[in-house]
Amino acid sequence: MTIETASPPAPALEMRGITKRYPGVVANDHIDLEVRPGEIHALLGENGAGKTTLMNILYGLARPDEGEILLDGRPVTITGPSDAIARGISMVHQHFMLVPVLSVAENILLGEETMANPVFLDRREARRRILELGRRFHFEIEPDARVSTLSVGWQQRVEILKALYRQARILVLDEPTAVLTPQETEEIFAVLRRLAAEGHSIVFISHKLYEVLEIADRITVIRRGRVVGSRIPSETNEDDLAELMVGREVQLTVDRGASHPAEVALRIEGLRVADDRGSEVVRGIDLDVRAGEILGIAGVAGNGQDELVEALIGLRRPAAGRITLAGHDVTGHSPRQLNEAGVAFVPADRHRFGLVLPFDVSDNLVLTSYYRSPFARGILRNDAAIETAAKETVAAFDIRTPSVHAQMSTLSGGNQQKVVVGREFGRDLRLLVLDQPTRGLDVGSIEFIHRRTIAKRDAGTAVLLVSAELDEILELSDRIAVMYRGEIVAVVDGPTADKNAIGLLMATGGRAAAGVEQVPA
Amino acid sequence: MSGAPARAGDGRPGFVRRSWSVVALPLISIVLALVVGAVIILASELLIPGQAFDPLLPFRAYAALAQGAIGFPPDLNAIVSTLVATAPLLLAGLSVGLGFKAGLFNIGAQGQFLMGALGAVATGIAVSSQPSFIAIPLALAGGMLAGAAWGFIPGILKALSGAHEVVTTIMLNYVAISLLAGIVSGPLNVPGAPSPITPDVGNAALPIIFGRDAHLGLFIAFAAVGVVAWLLYRTTFGFEVRTVGANSDAARYAGMHPRLLIVVIMSLAGLLSGLAGAGDTLGLQHHLTSSYGTTVGFDSIAVALLGRSNPVGILFASLLFGGMRAGAPLMQISAGIPAQLVDVLQATVLLFLVAAPVLRRVLHLRGTPAAIDPTPTFTGTYGGNDVAGL
Repeated sequence: MTIETASPPAPALEMRGITKRYPGVVANDHIDLEVRPGEIHALLGENGAGKTTLMNILYGLARPDEGEILLDGRPVTITGPSDAIARGISMVHQHFMLVPVLSVAENILLGEETMANPVFLDRREARRRILELGRRFHFEIEPDARVSTLSVGWQQRVEILKALYRQARILVLDEPTAVLTPQETEEIFAVLRRLAAEGHSIVFISHKLYEVLEIADRITVIRRGRVVGSRIPSETNEDDLAELMVGREVQLTVDRGASHPAEVALRIEGLRVADDRGSEVVRGIDLDVRAGEILGIAGVAGNGQDELVEALIGLRRPAAGRITLAGHDVTGHSPRQLNEAGVAFVPADRHRFGLVLPFDVSDNLVLTSYYRSPFARGILRNDAAIETAAKETVAAFDIRTPSVHAQMSTLSGGNQQKVVVGREFGRDLRLLVLDQPTRGLDVGSIEFIHRRTIAKRDAGTAVLLVSAELDEILELSDRIAVMYRGEIVAVVDGPTADKNAIGLLMATGGRAAAGVEQVPA
Repeated sequence: MSGAPARAGDGRPGFVRRSWSVVALPLISIVLALVVGAVIILASELLIPGQAFDPLLPFRAYAALAQGAIGFPPDLNAIVSTLVATAPLLLAGLSVGLGFKAGLFNIGAQGQFLMGALGAVATGIAVSSQPSFIAIPLALAGGMLAGAAWGFIPGILKALSGAHEVVTTIMLNYVAISLLAGIVSGPLNVPGAPSPITPDVGNAALPIIFGRDAHLGLFIAFAAVGVVAWLLYRTTFGFEVRTVGANSDAARYAGMHPRLLIVVIMSLAGLLSGLAGAGDTLGLQHHLTSSYGTTVGFDSIAVALLGRSNPVGILFASLLFGGMRAGAPLMQISAGIPAQLVDVLQATVLLFLVAAPVLRRVLHLRGTPAAIDPTPTFTGTYGGNDVAGL
């Protein structure tokens, strides 16, 4: 995969002794990074390790307090993103910066307009260059296609094309595979390898260890703002990298043990749900989840999972069908009724749905129970009881916060999610609905949340896990249901599931897919 | 970028830092507004030909303003006049601030104020011959109910159809003005009066407690600060209000009912503005004319923004604006500066507040972690992020 270079020429990019201090914290502490031409260089680290700061410095969004940046051996000062782009540095963000209603060509031209004359765009020339670039890197794309009609994988290619159109030589990709299926990931890797073979340098930011091992030529690991190690994939393994990254030994896969499914806790029958625009996006789902088992729902984002979850927790009224909880019909019950019936929920977007960031930790911990004794006495809040309970939860769930009165937004992502988990897990439950519960979290927090989920299962809770991250589904699920265009197209046994077969089902819904044995729902 | 910086104690900055971060922006806005006011005064001197240029005129003007508001040495009449001007601003400011806390932009304080005045006077006339201890509570209740009704309408419209409260409350302001004029010159008109005027409210008039006209309404207004603060920070209802205001999505997921809360909050906001109108009429004029006009409802938006929607902040903001209103006549007499300068100052304060992000950057101020900034609400609810649209 890598091109053999006998004696490496001057590095395309060199960052020497980069130091960046923010009040109370050193985000980058004398970081050295060297990226050779034609190299895919992985930057590995937990959230908050300083990867983003380092890349913001490279992209001109932040100025380093110390250190220097060299391009092709020459020291440069990067004054801002446009300066970075002019010097051939481009960034592909985790969240795509595309305008969905515009075409591929129009998106690529945004900010870098190819003009026929001072007034009009030269669309023909732009089209020609886009097609040519696509041919060169083997991902031909129709320049007039509307971005909103493209799959996530192709949208990412548009982002990369955008960078190439601007003649980027150094490409920074921030967690590019977070939203892709395994097949799409493979395809994007192929693109990256071709780019590298053509002499482009690629900085690949990730915290997925096996991916980094697969794609990178070299790996630089940073922890708490410092470079803690540099590795070549052939001389390392996942355990070694995880230990470097976290600073202690980590158990990458939680020992989930055997499940002991009991009676059916959640029964979904013929469920149909419409989205906000009224079109039916959940089309007749039948599913049972037993007490003491984890059922994973795999699927590419946008196949009706959101609406299914919202129906289950009472935020969306089903158009048809029945939801039964431990034998009781709860179809159309409100979020509060379901909460009181023992349903808990961890949302994917904790900032939007799970937390109130301007509030303190203790207020967030009582967000669903503030009106009940002991947190309320009549119409009055019982601040003493709220504080006592908060202190217990903070201790029980190892939430790292200076106090229960610290403002939520000052906590790290992992600890914010622990607050949500502490609130939702910290009582007896019938059904636990998890929607990508570890999205964007560091390895340590993921391990913690996975352990707690298993513990909840073993305590007899039915767990429904929805995630676009297939790895998470595979790691936790006792059974896996694949959702495609609003339907469950297959239910397979979890521990023996084949990743590629499921990936194929997610991408195509292909009922004909061989090798997937259907087990009864 | 990285983990939270280590801090001592309970994770909050020290009391002084915290207080400063809350009051810095309002204080700086006030100072900058006074500077702009001074520049305007100096510039206006140049425009009047034949008058000697007095570089100290701004200082004389502001001194007169302060003397009119407090007196030098402090003078009971001056202070009472400040309190009288403060009370309606305070109640209506609490009304707008309560809306902000719930993520609602209540521009309808003006209409709710007028309806409160109308309701109080209409009830007051009906019970004018009853004993005071019966007539006063009834008249006040009439004002509060009328105001609450005027808040309920935009609340229910938003909850049911998603109609934006900014639009509906503005329209209802006009309806209130016309309704008041129509009723005062129609059903409530004293027959034979030279211009439309209602009868006197008689025993429903609020008693003067001290000074020239420090009536009972002032005490009610100041007590309301405590009631609203208690409601917001001590009750489960207040917790729901603040949650809906800070993150209505999370509130819905947590099982709260944003739509119901919108109706209740708008009604309560209307009640407070209505009480402002009731206190003003029952305490001072004791009757209504068809031209009864005031800008209290609009000024209260500035008060709520300056007070950062916090009841205590609103208390200080209304004292400032009330004091300027009370001091303006003396400034006009002794320094020759038109009383309208007060409007300019008030508007300039507001401009600086709305430009908060710019000010923060220029002055290197950090955000205020403890307070929910009302300004994003202002732009945030308009169009996007609609609570009832969910």
